[in-house]
Amino acid sequence: MKKGMVGAAFGLAMTALLPMAAKAQGNLSVYCSVQEEWCRPMMAAFERATGISVAMTRRSSGETLTQIRAEAQNPRGDVWWGGTGDPHMQAAQENLTVEYRSPMLEQLQPWAVRQAEQTNFRTVGIYAGALGYSFNAPELQRRRIATPRCWADLAKPEFRGEVQVADPNTSGTAYTMLATLVQIMGEDPAFQFLRALHRNVNQYTRSGAAPARAAATGETLVGITFLHDAVAQKVTGAPVELVGPCEGTGYEIGSMSIIRGARNMANARRFFDWALTAEAQALAADAKAYQLPSNRNAPIPPQAPRFENVPLIDYDFARWGSAEERTRLIDRWQREVRAGAR
Amino acid sequence: MGALKLARLALLCAALGLLLPWHGLEDGFKEFRAWPHGNAAPLPMLLGTGARWWLWPLPCLVLLGAAAALGKRAHAALLLLAGGGITFWIFLMGEAIGLRGLEWQWLSPWLAEAPPQPSLGWGALLLLVGATGFLAAGFAALGGFRGDAFIAFLVTGSGFLLLLFVFAPLTTILLAAVYEGKDFAPHALVARLSAQEAWSLACLSTHQGCGVVWNTLLLATLTAAISTAIGLFFALLAVRGGMRATPLFRAMTLLPLITPPFVVAMALIVLFGRTGIVTTLLWEWFAIPRSRWIYGLPGVLLAQVLAQAPIAFLLLDGALRAISPSLEEASATMGARRFTVFRTVTWPLLRPALAAAFLLGFVESLADFGNPLVLGGDFDVLSTRIFFAIAGARHDPGRAAALALLLLFLTFGAFALQALWLGKRRYTTVTGKGDSGLPAPLPKGLKFTAAAIVWPWMIFTAVVYGIILVGGFVHDIGRGDMSFTWRHLTTAFEVEWQDGMALRGSAWDSLLTTLEVAAISAPLTAGLGILLAWLIARQEFRGRRLLEFMTMLSFAIPGTVVGVSYIMAFNVPPVELTGTALILILCFVFRNLPVGVRGGIAALAQIDRSLDEASATMGASALQTLRRVILPLMRPAIITALAFSFVHAMTAVSAVIFLVSARHNLATVYIVGRVEAGEMALAIAYSTALILIMLAVVIGIEKLVGRAEIARRAGGAPPPTPTRAGA
Repeated sequence: MKKGMVGAAFGLAMTALLPMAAKAQGNLSVYCSVQEEWCRPMMAAFERATGISVAMTRRSSGETLTQIRAEAQNPRGDVWWGGTGDPHMQAAQENLTVEYRSPMLEQLQPWAVRQAEQTNFRTVGIYAGALGYSFNAPELQRRRIATPRCWADLAKPEFRGEVQVADPNTSGTAYTMLATLVQIMGEDPAFQFLRALHRNVNQYTRSGAAPARAAATGETLVGITFLHDAVAQKVTGAPVELVGPCEGTGYEIGSMSIIRGARNMANARRFFDWALTAEAQALAADAKAYQLPSNRNAPIPPQAPRFENVPLIDYDFARWGSAEERTRLIDRWQREVRAGAR
Repeated sequence: MGALKLARLALLCAALGLLLPWHGLEDGFKEFRAWPHGNAAPLPMLLGTGARWWLWPLPCLVLLGAAAALGKRAHAALLLLAGGGITFWIFLMGEAIGLRGLEWQWLSPWLAEAPPQPSLGWGALLLLVGATGFLAAGFAALGGFRGDAFIAFLVTGSGFLLLLFVFAPLTTILLAAVYEGKDFAPHALVARLSAQEAWSLACLSTHQGCGVVWNTLLLATLTAAISTAIGLFFALLAVRGGMRATPLFRAMTLLPLITPPFVVAMALIVLFGRTGIVTTLLWEWFAIPRSRWIYGLPGVLLAQVLAQAPIAFLLLDGALRAISPSLEEASATMGARRFTVFRTVTWPLLRPALAAAFLLGFVESLADFGNPLVLGGDFDVLSTRIFFAIAGARHDPGRAAALALLLLFLTFGAFALQALWLGKRRYTTVTGKGDSGLPAPLPKGLKFTAAAIVWPWMIFTAVVYGIILVGGFVHDIGRGDMSFTWRHLTTAFEVEWQDGMALRGSAWDSLLTTLEVAAISAPLTAGLGILLAWLIARQEFRGRRLLEFMTMLSFAIPGTVVGVSYIMAFNVPPVELTGTALILILCFVFRNLPVGVRGGIAALAQIDRSLDEASATMGASALQTLRRVILPLMRPAIITALAFSFVHAMTAVSAVIFLVSARHNLATVYIVGRVEAGEMALAIAYSTALILIMLAVVIGIEKLVGRAEIARRAGGAPPPTPTRAGA
């Protein structure tokens, strides 16, 4: 009898604890490097799917890499989700992130898998976006300039002072353009082209996406950016047209990594797997992110610039993403292009 | 306060420190329940179980302090040994043994087996306060600080805080300037300091840009000069112009002060960009070609002057009000014309305030980050260069540190020039002696000049703010889509009523944290700042200049450098603060401290020492003099410091962009993110909300603490009872 009482009491106590156990699925700290309105629904969806409570910080990928470096001895974040691939690969090179072979890898596009292999599975591609440019259509018509189709068109004299592009010293987008041109044309002709382009550039912005906005408002005629940044302007009604250059173009792979020494390693892996599913990647379109998802089964947003329409080059991320190549190219650009007269 | 009394208080504090949890508690009070075991164990428990055997010297030193404090007379040498020893040992061992066990390999013969040691907690904090008390009592017993233990404690304590939160992080990051990767390389420093990117003079002869140092200097000088001039005209017209527009001035000049960064720059683009409103009008009406002049020096200068002129006005307005009219009356009585009075009496008395306004403008321009970022175009300054050297595509902390050093040199150069210009003259005007009179009216010519500058500037400011106000309520002001919408405000501040109130808007988290952090840090900043000003201006002790230098130091460091240095210094034990709200508060307190100190020193320079002396003669202690005489007279300075530090805590961005965490995000960082994403409208809407909040708070502070009035005869009316003490 007495034993039964104790058992009942124990059972009661256990049921009292149950809701708490369901709630306490643990925590996860995510550094998010895409735009805020994509970060938030992603984290909310993950919380709904797993019951794990997520604390999310949004910063640009450069700032996040700085943060992870500074915190290396005592990491505060668990997963770094989003942002262009180069800083992720740099973090992998500097041993700031850990290897993880997700079971989801087999569902991914070949470019995403290749990037994971190149970094020993320390990072993985979650989306891709092609480089290109957008121009302000009414402004172009008013000046009676023929519609540009290629990279070479931008160096023509009628675009004098009308092209805007980011500074490769500060922006991964601009570095992608630099590396892309070198891969298309060969290094010396590429620099020759860049010197000609330099005369047409009105400003080297610091942020990579800024030229898209400037072209949308007419502050500049042409803005060189990733095409999905230009799409984001176009869907809000800006009078811009997108160009995937005829010579071919490079692309970025937005990536995801698990931070070395993550305090919630198990939950970090769970997030990693979940973020690679088709359902998770389908959230991008609602968040006005028009990149190509890396999961083969994820729906491609109808507005997204399809890779089929844009001639893509075989971008060598391992070579052009390495710190030495990057420093050498940017130094040469600074010396031979930026320092030149306009 | 006597040395012995202080020593006993310190002993009490240290004893309490031995009872509280020694290490930091990750989960706050939840973990405290484990006391005195587990993570919440106090020091004696840790020593008893042998877990922290290398801390045994600490209780011995406390006993030593106790022996000194409980005697009949304070024993100076013992107190100094106890206080200094405790502080030294805590930090030495904290640095030597970290989260991964022993960090300093050369200690391995003795400490090889040391287990990991987490960060310091409440117990350690109280023990350190006690140690500071011992040290101060020791100094006082030696006869330092004129034997006043209260002063001794204030000086030692604030010096200790400044060392920990200003000097230590700065050293951490500047050391990076002499490292190449992981190797010590002094020659790298020389190369970095003399780099072409900093000193090139190419712009004089070719179309290329000049070195970033020259850019920065040019911008800072122009900003400081123009904003001081505009501020001066405003102040003259407000105080001496005989107009009823003063409240309007104060309201208008307050606006730029309480504006979050980026917003003015965005409004300027909307107005003067190539497709801006004004540009388009000029083009359509007068066929003036549309250009991109706003991107570069002119735009940044305009934005900075918009921000700095009001600060100059606040400083000069206070100084002008504090000038005793009796001097001017005397001059006028002796037959001087209005302009002569102004030139020979008013102007020279304004010199400290002018110098302060210029210096503030100069230094703020050096440190400004938001405006050059948005409007700079190809015009680069040091602060943005440093930011991108750290956070850009090419990560180079060494180069960033070297550029930060250059920025520091510029700032110190400015301070040195100021000291040179002011010289050793005295500027006392508020004295205990008879002090009544009517301020002299402005000379006619000066009044017209002032009015001709002030009113157009007011209109310009109104237009800029009009844009900001409108921008939050229309679809897309940047593209000229001016149809009305609530969309941006509801995205940011949506509230849902469903089983109680739920804050659904995306801005609520950051807004609430920002308010909390600003509300905590403002009184701390004002209090500590005024206290330090009083110590520096009124007390004689060795190391006074050093203390002054250290308070000013944090102002000279660009925000980005502060942010990164705080992470580097406070992410690992012994002092682990990252990811908490505390690091934000500390960052704001020590970053805004110089404003409180400078304002306090300027105010004290005008309060005659004879007041202190009179109070001391009548037997008041230093504490009583401070409370009953100095503080009431310093109310204007206190209000300014309170308002300024609150507002700056709400609008700072570069220093905190690396310090915010998932749980503690700040409004400005959120806004920067919106701007980056090209969502100008949401950023402007949020900024409008911030502006309204800050406006309410600043006006509230003024109402609560009271408008400062130094009693003077009301204009025209004869004094009721002409009592002239000591005249």
